[in-house]
Amino acid sequence: MADSSVTGVTADDDRGMPAHSGEPLVVLDSVNKHFGELHVLQDINLTVHRGEVVVVIGPSGSGKSTLCRAINRLEAIDDGSITLDGQALPEEGKALARLRADVGMVFQSFNLFAHKTILENVTLGPIKVKKMKTAKAKELAMGLLERVGVANQADKLPAQLSGGQQQRVAIARALAMQPKVILFDEPTSALDPEMVNEVLDVMVALAKDGMTMVVVTHEMGFARKAADRVVFMSDGQIVESADPDTFFDHPTSNRAKDFLGKILTH
Amino acid sequence: MSEFLAVLSNYDLVGAYWLNIQLTFFAGLASLVIGTILALMRISPIPSLQFAGTTYVNLIRNTPLTIIVVFAALVLWPVLGVEFSTDFATNFFWLAVAALSVYHASFMCEALRSGVNTVPAGQAEAARAIGLPFLPAARLVILPQAFRGAIAPMGNTLIALIKNSTVAAAISVPEISILMKEMMENEGNYVIPIFLTVAVGFVIIVVPIGLAVTYLSQRLAVSR
Repeated sequence: MADSSVTGVTADDDRGMPAHSGEPLVVLDSVNKHFGELHVLQDINLTVHRGEVVVVIGPSGSGKSTLCRAINRLEAIDDGSITLDGQALPEEGKALARLRADVGMVFQSFNLFAHKTILENVTLGPIKVKKMKTAKAKELAMGLLERVGVANQADKLPAQLSGGQQQRVAIARALAMQPKVILFDEPTSALDPEMVNEVLDVMVALAKDGMTMVVVTHEMGFARKAADRVVFMSDGQIVESADPDTFFDHPTSNRAKDFLGKILTH
Repeated sequence: MSEFLAVLSNYDLVGAYWLNIQLTFFAGLASLVIGTILALMRISPIPSLQFAGTTYVNLIRNTPLTIIVVFAALVLWPVLGVEFSTDFATNFFWLAVAALSVYHASFMCEALRSGVNTVPAGQAEAARAIGLPFLPAARLVILPQAFRGAIAPMGNTLIALIKNSTVAAAISVPEISILMKEMMENEGNYVIPIFLTVAVGFVIIVVPIGLAVTYLSQRLAVSR
Protein backbone atom coordinates (compact mmCIF):
# COMPACT_ATOMS: atom_id res chain seq x y z
CA MET A 1 0.00 0.00 0.00
CA ALA A 2 3.02 2.30 0.37
CA ASP A 3 3.04 3.50 -3.23
CA SER A 4 -0.67 3.86 -3.77
CA SER A 5 -0.94 7.31 -2.24
CA VAL A 6 1.75 8.44 -4.65
CA THR A 7 -0.24 7.04 -7.58
CA GLY A 8 -3.30 8.84 -6.26
CA VAL A 9 -1.49 12.14 -6.52
CA THR A 10 -0.37 11.29 -10.05
CA ALA A 11 -3.94 10.53 -11.10
CA ASP A 12 -5.01 13.95 -9.84
CA ASP A 13 -2.17 15.63 -11.67
CA ASP A 14 -3.10 13.89 -14.92
CA ARG A 15 -6.49 15.41 -14.73
CA GLY A 16 -4.89 18.82 -14.83
CA MET A 17 -7.40 20.44 -12.49
CA PRO A 18 -9.28 19.39 -9.39
CA ALA A 19 -12.31 17.45 -10.67
CA HIS A 20 -14.78 19.06 -8.31
CA SER A 21 -14.41 22.30 -10.19
CA GLY A 22 -16.43 20.70 -13.00
CA GLU A 23 -20.12 21.53 -13.18
CA PRO A 24 -22.58 19.29 -11.28
CA LEU A 25 -23.65 16.32 -13.46
CA VAL A 26 -25.52 13.97 -11.15
CA VAL A 27 -27.30 15.56 -8.21
CA LEU A 28 -29.16 13.57 -5.55
CA ASP A 29 -31.22 15.75 -3.25
CA SER A 30 -32.79 14.35 -0.05
CA VAL A 31 -33.31 10.92 -1.61
CA ASN A 32 -35.21 8.34 0.44
CA LYS A 33 -35.97 4.73 -0.39
CA HIS A 34 -37.53 1.91 1.58
CA PHE A 35 -37.51 -1.83 0.98
CA GLY A 36 -40.54 -2.67 3.10
CA GLU A 37 -39.52 -1.83 6.66
CA LEU A 38 -35.89 -1.26 5.74
CA HIS A 39 -35.00 2.41 5.19
CA VAL A 40 -32.26 1.64 2.68
CA LEU A 41 -31.50 5.20 1.53
CA GLN A 42 -31.87 7.86 4.22
CA ASP A 43 -31.93 11.47 3.11
CA ILE A 44 -29.07 11.06 0.64
CA ASN A 45 -27.45 14.23 -0.75
CA LEU A 46 -24.71 13.67 -3.28
CA THR A 47 -23.35 15.70 -6.15
CA VAL A 48 -21.11 14.15 -8.79
CA HIS A 49 -19.31 16.71 -10.94
CA ARG A 50 -18.39 16.30 -14.56
CA GLY A 51 -15.12 14.37 -14.85
CA GLU A 52 -15.23 13.27 -11.23
CA VAL A 53 -14.63 9.72 -10.04
CA VAL A 54 -16.68 8.97 -6.94
CA VAL A 55 -16.03 5.67 -5.21
CA VAL A 56 -18.76 4.46 -2.86
CA ILE A 57 -17.66 2.03 -0.18
CA GLY A 58 -19.27 0.57 2.91
CA PRO A 59 -20.37 -2.66 4.52
CA SER A 60 -22.87 -5.05 2.88
CA GLY A 61 -26.44 -3.81 3.13
CA SER A 62 -25.40 -0.20 3.59
CA GLY A 63 -27.40 0.86 0.51
CA LYS A 64 -24.50 1.59 -1.82
CA SER A 65 -25.74 -0.65 -4.68
CA THR A 66 -29.24 0.76 -4.31
CA LEU A 67 -27.79 4.27 -4.52
CA CYS A 68 -25.97 3.33 -7.71
CA ARG A 69 -29.06 1.70 -9.25
CA ALA A 70 -31.28 4.64 -8.29
CA ILE A 71 -29.23 6.99 -10.50
CA ASN A 72 -30.59 5.36 -13.69
CA ARG A 73 -33.87 4.42 -12.03
CA LEU A 74 -33.38 0.66 -12.03
CA GLU A 75 -34.61 1.30 -8.48
CA ALA A 76 -37.38 3.86 -8.12
CA ILE A 77 -36.98 6.24 -5.16
CA ASP A 78 -39.71 7.10 -2.65
CA ASP A 79 -39.00 10.84 -2.37
CA GLY A 80 -36.33 13.41 -3.00
CA SER A 81 -35.00 14.19 -6.46
CA ILE A 82 -32.28 12.97 -8.78
CA THR A 83 -31.18 15.13 -11.70
CA LEU A 84 -28.82 14.30 -14.52
CA ASP A 85 -27.20 17.21 -16.29
CA GLY A 86 -29.85 19.50 -14.85
CA GLN A 87 -32.74 17.29 -16.00
CA ALA A 88 -34.94 15.47 -13.48
CA LEU A 89 -35.15 11.70 -13.84
CA PRO A 90 -38.40 10.95 -15.73
CA GLU A 91 -40.92 8.32 -14.65
CA GLU A 92 -41.26 5.23 -16.90
CA GLY A 93 -41.52 5.46 -20.67
CA LYS A 94 -39.57 6.83 -23.63
CA ALA A 95 -38.12 9.82 -21.77
CA LEU A 96 -36.60 7.53 -19.16
CA ALA A 97 -35.18 5.26 -21.88
CA ARG A 98 -33.56 8.31 -23.51
CA LEU A 99 -32.01 9.35 -20.22
CA ARG A 100 -30.71 5.86 -19.55
CA ALA A 101 -28.93 5.95 -22.91
CA ASP A 102 -26.78 8.73 -21.39
CA VAL A 103 -25.95 6.74 -18.26
CA GLY A 104 -23.72 3.70 -18.71
CA MET A 105 -24.08 0.82 -16.29
CA VAL A 106 -21.70 -2.01 -15.48
CA PHE A 107 -23.17 -4.78 -13.34
CA GLN A 108 -21.64 -7.17 -10.84
CA SER A 109 -22.83 -10.15 -12.90
CA PHE A 110 -21.80 -8.63 -16.29
CA ASN A 111 -25.27 -9.21 -17.82
CA LEU A 112 -24.00 -9.48 -21.38
CA PHE A 113 -26.82 -10.48 -23.75
CA ALA A 114 -26.34 -14.25 -23.67
CA HIS A 115 -27.72 -14.97 -27.17
CA LYS A 116 -25.67 -12.31 -28.94
CA THR A 117 -22.00 -12.27 -29.92
CA ILE A 118 -19.53 -9.97 -28.19
CA LEU A 119 -19.62 -7.58 -31.14
CA GLU A 120 -23.45 -7.58 -31.24
CA ASN A 121 -23.53 -6.88 -27.51
CA VAL A 122 -21.59 -3.68 -28.09
CA THR A 123 -23.35 -2.59 -31.32
CA LEU A 124 -26.94 -3.23 -30.14
CA GLY A 125 -27.31 0.07 -28.27
CA PRO A 126 -25.72 2.31 -30.92
CA ILE A 127 -27.79 0.68 -33.72
CA LYS A 128 -31.15 0.33 -31.98
CA VAL A 129 -31.13 3.30 -29.60
CA LYS A 130 -28.90 5.82 -31.37
CA LYS A 131 -29.94 4.66 -34.89
CA MET A 132 -26.29 4.49 -35.96
CA LYS A 133 -25.48 2.81 -39.29
CA THR A 134 -24.44 -0.84 -38.80
CA ALA A 135 -21.02 -0.39 -40.41
CA LYS A 136 -20.26 2.65 -38.30
CA ALA A 137 -21.44 0.93 -35.11
CA LYS A 138 -19.21 -2.07 -35.86
CA GLU A 139 -16.24 0.22 -36.38
CA LEU A 140 -16.95 1.99 -33.09
CA ALA A 141 -17.43 -1.33 -31.29
CA MET A 142 -14.23 -2.86 -32.63
CA GLY A 143 -12.33 0.24 -31.53
CA LEU A 144 -13.76 -0.06 -28.02
CA LEU A 145 -13.13 -3.83 -27.85
CA GLU A 146 -9.57 -3.09 -28.92
CA ARG A 147 -9.31 -0.51 -26.12
CA VAL A 148 -10.44 -3.02 -23.46
CA GLY A 149 -8.29 -5.76 -24.98
CA VAL A 150 -10.87 -8.29 -26.21
CA ALA A 151 -11.12 -7.43 -29.92
CA ASN A 152 -9.94 -10.95 -30.81
CA GLN A 153 -13.06 -12.40 -29.12
CA ALA A 154 -15.55 -10.33 -31.13
CA ASP A 155 -17.38 -13.25 -32.77
CA LYS A 156 -17.72 -15.44 -29.67
CA LEU A 157 -20.70 -15.73 -27.35
CA PRO A 158 -20.41 -14.31 -23.81
CA ALA A 159 -20.41 -17.77 -22.20
CA GLN A 160 -17.18 -18.60 -24.09
CA LEU A 161 -15.28 -15.77 -22.36
CA SER A 162 -13.74 -15.58 -18.91
CA GLY A 163 -15.39 -13.39 -16.29
CA GLY A 164 -12.74 -10.71 -16.63
CA GLN A 165 -13.14 -10.62 -20.40
CA GLN A 166 -16.94 -10.47 -20.08
CA GLN A 167 -16.73 -7.55 -17.69
CA ARG A 168 -14.39 -5.68 -20.03
CA VAL A 169 -16.90 -6.25 -22.85
CA ALA A 170 -19.61 -4.88 -20.53
CA ILE A 171 -17.52 -1.73 -20.08
CA ALA A 172 -17.12 -1.46 -23.87
CA ARG A 173 -20.90 -1.88 -24.24
CA ALA A 174 -21.46 1.00 -21.81
CA LEU A 175 -18.85 3.18 -23.56
CA ALA A 176 -20.44 2.55 -26.98
CA MET A 177 -23.39 4.72 -25.92
CA GLN A 178 -20.97 7.61 -25.27
CA PRO A 179 -22.54 8.15 -21.86
CA LYS A 180 -22.18 11.24 -19.70
CA VAL A 181 -21.49 9.08 -16.67
CA ILE A 182 -20.87 5.36 -16.06
CA LEU A 183 -22.17 3.59 -12.96
CA PHE A 184 -20.21 0.56 -11.75
CA ASP A 185 -22.10 -1.70 -9.36
CA GLU A 186 -19.44 -3.88 -7.70
CA PRO A 187 -17.81 -4.63 -11.06
CA THR A 188 -15.16 -6.98 -9.68
CA SER A 189 -17.07 -8.75 -6.92
CA ALA A 190 -18.07 -11.74 -9.09
CA LEU A 191 -14.58 -12.21 -10.56
CA ASP A 192 -11.91 -14.74 -9.77
CA PRO A 193 -9.06 -12.93 -7.97
CA GLU A 194 -6.62 -13.21 -10.87
CA MET A 195 -9.07 -11.38 -13.16
CA VAL A 196 -9.78 -8.42 -10.91
CA ASN A 197 -6.80 -6.37 -12.06
CA GLU A 198 -7.49 -6.63 -15.79
CA VAL A 199 -10.87 -4.98 -15.13
CA LEU A 200 -9.53 -2.40 -12.68
CA ASP A 201 -6.81 -1.44 -15.17
CA VAL A 202 -9.47 -0.59 -17.75
CA MET A 203 -11.36 1.44 -15.13
CA VAL A 204 -8.26 3.33 -14.04
CA ALA A 205 -7.56 4.19 -17.69
CA LEU A 206 -11.13 5.47 -18.06
CA ALA A 207 -10.77 7.60 -14.96
CA LYS A 208 -7.56 9.11 -16.33
CA ASP A 209 -9.35 9.91 -19.59
CA GLY A 210 -11.73 12.09 -17.59
CA MET A 211 -14.84 9.85 -17.65
CA THR A 212 -17.35 10.69 -14.93
CA MET A 213 -17.72 7.55 -12.83
CA VAL A 214 -19.66 6.37 -9.81
CA VAL A 215 -18.05 3.16 -8.58
CA VAL A 216 -19.43 0.91 -5.87
CA THR A 217 -16.59 -1.39 -4.90
CA HIS A 218 -14.68 -3.19 -2.20
CA GLU A 219 -11.37 -2.57 -4.01
CA MET A 220 -9.63 -0.10 -1.70
CA GLY A 221 -6.55 -0.06 -3.93
CA PHE A 222 -8.69 1.24 -6.79
CA ALA A 223 -10.26 3.84 -4.52
CA ARG A 224 -6.84 5.13 -3.50
CA LYS A 225 -5.53 5.12 -7.03
CA ALA A 226 -8.38 6.49 -9.11
CA ALA A 227 -10.94 8.18 -6.87
CA ASP A 228 -11.32 11.95 -6.62
CA ARG A 229 -13.64 11.38 -3.71
CA VAL A 230 -14.54 8.46 -1.49
CA VAL A 231 -18.07 8.27 -0.14
CA PHE A 232 -18.53 6.00 2.86
CA MET A 233 -22.02 4.62 3.41
CA SER A 234 -23.38 2.79 6.41
CA ASP A 235 -26.98 1.85 7.30
CA GLY A 236 -28.43 3.80 4.40
CA GLN A 237 -26.61 7.04 5.18
CA ILE A 238 -23.60 8.82 3.75
CA VAL A 239 -21.36 8.95 6.80
CA GLU A 240 -18.23 10.44 5.27
CA SER A 241 -17.19 12.02 2.02
CA ALA A 242 -13.57 12.97 1.47
CA ASP A 243 -10.63 12.66 -0.90
CA PRO A 244 -9.05 9.19 -0.70
CA ASP A 245 -5.93 10.13 1.25
CA THR A 246 -7.90 11.99 3.90
CA PHE A 247 -10.47 9.22 4.15
CA PHE A 248 -8.10 6.29 4.37
CA ASP A 249 -5.46 7.97 6.55
CA HIS A 250 -7.66 10.15 8.77
CA PRO A 251 -11.24 8.83 8.88
CA THR A 252 -13.29 10.94 11.27
CA SER A 253 -16.32 8.79 12.11
CA ASN A 254 -16.23 5.71 14.30
CA ARG A 255 -18.15 3.67 11.75
CA ALA A 256 -15.56 4.42 9.05
CA LYS A 257 -12.67 3.69 11.44
CA ASP A 258 -14.32 0.41 12.42
CA PHE A 259 -14.93 -0.55 8.75
CA LEU A 260 -11.39 0.31 7.66
CA GLY A 261 -9.98 -1.48 10.67
CA LYS A 262 -11.73 -4.66 9.58
CA ILE A 263 -10.65 -4.59 5.93
CA LEU A 264 -7.18 -3.09 6.06
CA THR A 265 -5.59 -5.34 8.71
CA HIS A 266 -4.49 -8.00 6.20
CA MET B 1 -56.13 -58.86 -42.42
CA SER B 2 -56.42 -58.37 -46.18
CA GLU B 3 -60.17 -58.04 -45.76
CA PHE B 4 -59.65 -55.24 -43.21
CA LEU B 5 -57.24 -53.49 -45.54
CA ALA B 6 -59.84 -53.74 -48.28
CA VAL B 7 -62.34 -52.11 -45.92
CA LEU B 8 -59.87 -49.33 -45.06
CA SER B 9 -59.27 -48.60 -48.73
CA ASN B 10 -62.92 -47.57 -49.02
CA TYR B 11 -62.32 -44.61 -46.73
CA ASP B 12 -60.15 -41.51 -47.14
CA LEU B 13 -58.10 -41.82 -43.95
CA VAL B 14 -55.24 -39.70 -45.27
CA GLY B 15 -57.62 -36.95 -46.31
CA ALA B 16 -59.18 -36.89 -42.84
CA TYR B 17 -55.80 -36.79 -41.11
CA TRP B 18 -54.77 -34.02 -43.50
CA LEU B 19 -57.65 -31.97 -42.17
CA ASN B 20 -56.38 -32.47 -38.60
CA ILE B 21 -52.91 -31.41 -39.71
CA GLN B 22 -54.30 -28.30 -41.40
CA LEU B 23 -56.35 -27.41 -38.31
CA THR B 24 -53.20 -27.85 -36.22
CA PHE B 25 -51.01 -25.84 -38.58
CA PHE B 26 -53.23 -22.77 -38.77
CA ALA B 27 -54.32 -22.87 -35.13
CA GLY B 28 -50.69 -23.46 -34.08
CA LEU B 29 -49.50 -20.36 -35.93
CA ALA B 30 -52.38 -18.19 -34.73
CA SER B 31 -52.09 -19.35 -31.12
CA LEU B 32 -48.35 -18.66 -31.19
CA VAL B 33 -48.99 -15.10 -32.35
CA ILE B 34 -51.85 -14.47 -29.90
CA GLY B 35 -49.94 -16.21 -27.10
CA THR B 36 -46.87 -14.02 -27.70
CA ILE B 37 -49.00 -10.87 -27.57
CA LEU B 38 -50.65 -12.10 -24.35
CA ALA B 39 -47.26 -12.89 -22.80
CA LEU B 40 -46.01 -9.41 -23.73
CA MET B 41 -49.08 -7.91 -22.07
CA ARG B 42 -48.50 -9.96 -18.93
CA ILE B 43 -44.81 -8.97 -18.60
CA SER B 44 -45.38 -5.33 -19.62
CA PRO B 45 -45.00 -2.52 -17.06
CA ILE B 46 -48.57 -1.32 -17.75
CA PRO B 47 -51.07 -2.60 -15.14
CA SER B 48 -54.17 -2.45 -17.40
CA LEU B 49 -52.42 -4.60 -20.04
CA GLN B 50 -51.25 -7.04 -17.37
CA PHE B 51 -54.80 -7.29 -16.10
CA ALA B 52 -56.25 -7.87 -19.58
CA GLY B 53 -53.68 -10.59 -20.34
CA THR B 54 -54.19 -12.34 -17.03
CA THR B 55 -57.96 -12.21 -17.39
CA TYR B 56 -57.85 -13.72 -20.88
CA VAL B 57 -55.60 -16.57 -19.77
CA ASN B 58 -57.59 -17.41 -16.67
CA LEU B 59 -60.92 -17.22 -18.49
CA ILE B 60 -59.99 -19.22 -21.59
CA ARG B 61 -57.66 -21.75 -19.99
CA ASN B 62 -60.36 -22.79 -17.54
CA THR B 63 -63.11 -23.16 -20.17
CA PRO B 64 -63.57 -26.59 -21.82
CA LEU B 65 -62.40 -26.61 -25.44
CA THR B 66 -65.64 -28.22 -26.62
CA ILE B 67 -67.60 -25.28 -25.22
CA ILE B 68 -65.38 -22.80 -27.08
CA VAL B 69 -65.66 -24.75 -30.35
CA VAL B 70 -69.43 -24.93 -30.04
CA PHE B 71 -69.52 -21.22 -29.12
CA ALA B 72 -67.73 -20.47 -32.41
CA ALA B 73 -70.29 -22.43 -34.42
CA LEU B 74 -73.46 -21.38 -32.58
CA VAL B 75 -72.69 -17.86 -31.37
CA LEU B 76 -69.66 -16.41 -33.17
CA TRP B 77 -71.00 -17.18 -36.64
CA PRO B 78 -74.82 -17.01 -36.48
CA VAL B 79 -75.24 -14.42 -33.70
CA LEU B 80 -72.12 -12.24 -33.93
CA GLY B 81 -71.93 -12.59 -37.69
CA VAL B 82 -68.28 -13.67 -37.99
CA GLU B 83 -68.14 -15.47 -41.33
CA PHE B 84 -64.89 -16.70 -42.86
CA SER B 85 -66.41 -18.05 -46.07
CA THR B 86 -69.79 -18.36 -47.76
CA ASP B 87 -68.98 -22.03 -48.34
CA PHE B 88 -70.46 -23.89 -45.38
CA ALA B 89 -67.65 -26.44 -44.88
CA THR B 90 -64.86 -23.88 -45.34
CA ASN B 91 -66.57 -21.54 -42.88
CA PHE B 92 -66.78 -24.26 -40.24
CA PHE B 93 -63.17 -25.24 -40.80
CA TRP B 94 -62.07 -21.68 -40.02
CA LEU B 95 -64.47 -21.35 -37.11
CA ALA B 96 -62.79 -24.46 -35.67
CA VAL B 97 -59.34 -22.93 -36.32
CA ALA B 98 -60.45 -19.74 -34.53
CA ALA B 99 -61.71 -21.68 -31.51
CA LEU B 100 -58.56 -23.84 -31.31
CA SER B 101 -56.37 -20.72 -31.66
CA VAL B 102 -58.14 -18.77 -28.94
CA TYR B 103 -57.99 -21.74 -26.56
CA HIS B 104 -54.37 -22.76 -27.14
CA ALA B 105 -53.15 -19.15 -27.12
CA SER B 106 -53.64 -19.13 -23.34
CA PHE B 107 -51.37 -22.19 -23.04
CA MET B 108 -48.83 -20.75 -25.49
CA CYS B 109 -48.79 -17.56 -23.40
CA GLU B 110 -48.04 -19.46 -20.21
CA ALA B 111 -45.42 -21.64 -21.93
CA LEU B 112 -43.67 -18.50 -23.19
CA ARG B 113 -43.90 -16.91 -19.77
CA SER B 114 -42.18 -19.94 -18.28
CA GLY B 115 -39.48 -19.26 -20.90
CA VAL B 116 -39.28 -15.63 -19.78
CA ASN B 117 -38.62 -16.89 -16.26
CA THR B 118 -35.53 -18.75 -17.54
CA VAL B 119 -34.03 -15.39 -18.60
CA PRO B 120 -32.11 -13.81 -15.69
CA ALA B 121 -33.43 -10.44 -14.50
CA GLY B 122 -30.04 -8.90 -15.28
CA GLN B 123 -30.67 -9.33 -19.03
CA ALA B 124 -33.69 -7.03 -18.86
CA GLU B 125 -31.82 -4.58 -16.61
CA ALA B 126 -28.90 -4.45 -19.04
CA ALA B 127 -31.31 -3.84 -21.93
CA ARG B 128 -32.99 -1.01 -20.04
CA ALA B 129 -29.64 0.39 -18.98
CA ILE B 130 -28.52 0.94 -22.60
CA GLY B 131 -31.74 2.87 -23.20
CA LEU B 132 -34.01 0.30 -24.84
CA PRO B 133 -37.72 0.93 -24.06
CA PHE B 134 -39.94 -2.04 -23.10
CA LEU B 135 -40.93 -3.33 -26.56
CA PRO B 136 -37.46 -3.22 -28.18
CA ALA B 137 -35.96 -4.76 -25.02
CA ALA B 138 -38.54 -7.55 -25.20
CA ARG B 139 -38.08 -8.10 -28.92
CA LEU B 140 -34.29 -7.93 -29.03
CA VAL B 141 -33.22 -9.35 -25.68
CA ILE B 142 -35.94 -11.07 -23.64
CA LEU B 143 -38.10 -12.94 -26.18
CA PRO B 144 -35.28 -14.47 -28.26
CA GLN B 145 -33.95 -16.09 -25.10
CA ALA B 146 -37.42 -16.84 -23.70
CA PHE B 147 -38.50 -18.73 -26.86
CA ARG B 148 -35.42 -20.92 -26.62
CA GLY B 149 -36.22 -21.67 -23.01
CA ALA B 150 -39.87 -22.33 -23.86
CA ILE B 151 -39.44 -24.83 -26.69
CA ALA B 152 -40.28 -27.86 -24.53
CA PRO B 153 -43.50 -26.47 -22.96
CA MET B 154 -44.54 -24.97 -26.32
CA GLY B 155 -43.94 -28.34 -27.95
CA ASN B 156 -46.23 -29.90 -25.35
CA THR B 157 -48.91 -27.35 -26.22
CA LEU B 158 -48.47 -28.17 -29.93
CA ILE B 159 -48.84 -31.89 -29.22
CA ALA B 160 -51.98 -31.22 -27.18
CA LEU B 161 -53.25 -29.08 -30.06
CA ILE B 162 -52.79 -31.90 -32.61
CA LYS B 163 -54.92 -34.21 -30.51
CA ASN B 164 -57.39 -31.48 -29.56
CA SER B 165 -58.00 -30.81 -33.26
CA THR B 166 -60.39 -33.79 -33.10
CA VAL B 167 -62.74 -31.62 -31.03
CA ALA B 168 -63.59 -29.92 -34.33
CA ALA B 169 -65.81 -33.00 -34.76
CA ALA B 170 -68.21 -31.29 -32.35
CA ILE B 171 -69.12 -28.88 -35.16
CA SER B 172 -68.97 -31.51 -37.91
CA VAL B 173 -65.62 -30.64 -39.46
CA PRO B 174 -65.01 -33.97 -41.24
CA GLU B 175 -61.67 -34.75 -39.59
CA ILE B 176 -60.42 -38.15 -38.48
CA SER B 177 -62.63 -38.79 -35.45
CA ILE B 178 -65.76 -38.15 -37.53
CA LEU B 179 -64.46 -40.58 -40.13
CA MET B 180 -63.69 -43.12 -37.38
CA LYS B 181 -67.24 -42.90 -36.06
CA GLU B 182 -68.61 -43.34 -39.57
CA MET B 183 -66.35 -46.35 -40.22
CA MET B 184 -67.32 -48.00 -36.95
CA GLU B 185 -71.01 -47.55 -37.73
CA ASN B 186 -70.62 -49.05 -41.20
CA GLU B 187 -68.08 -51.82 -40.43
CA GLY B 188 -69.34 -53.31 -37.18
CA ASN B 189 -66.99 -56.34 -37.43
CA TYR B 190 -63.87 -54.21 -37.37
CA VAL B 191 -64.49 -51.79 -34.50
CA ILE B 192 -61.29 -52.60 -32.63
CA PRO B 193 -58.97 -52.63 -35.67
CA ILE B 194 -60.47 -49.33 -36.83
CA PHE B 195 -59.92 -47.79 -33.42
CA LEU B 196 -56.32 -49.05 -33.29
CA THR B 197 -55.60 -47.81 -36.81
CA VAL B 198 -56.76 -44.29 -35.97
CA ALA B 199 -54.87 -44.27 -32.65
CA VAL B 200 -51.64 -45.48 -34.29
CA GLY B 201 -52.06 -42.79 -36.93
CA PHE B 202 -51.85 -40.15 -34.21
CA VAL B 203 -48.82 -41.80 -32.65
CA ILE B 204 -47.08 -41.69 -36.06
CA ILE B 205 -47.82 -37.96 -36.34
CA VAL B 206 -47.01 -36.98 -32.75
CA VAL B 207 -43.87 -39.01 -31.91
CA PRO B 208 -41.62 -37.29 -34.49
CA ILE B 209 -42.82 -33.90 -33.23
CA GLY B 210 -41.95 -34.89 -29.66
CA LEU B 211 -38.47 -35.99 -30.78
CA ALA B 212 -37.97 -32.77 -32.75
CA VAL B 213 -38.98 -30.69 -29.73
CA THR B 214 -36.50 -32.48 -27.48
CA TYR B 215 -33.74 -32.09 -30.06
CA LEU B 216 -34.45 -28.39 -30.61
CA SER B 217 -34.74 -27.54 -26.91
CA GLN B 218 -31.26 -28.99 -26.36
CA ARG B 219 -29.77 -27.60 -29.55
CA LEU B 220 -31.04 -24.04 -29.07
CA ALA B 221 -30.52 -23.75 -25.31
CA VAL B 222 -28.81 -20.46 -24.41
CA SER B 223 -25.43 -21.12 -22.83
CA ARG B 224 -24.77 -18.93 -19.81
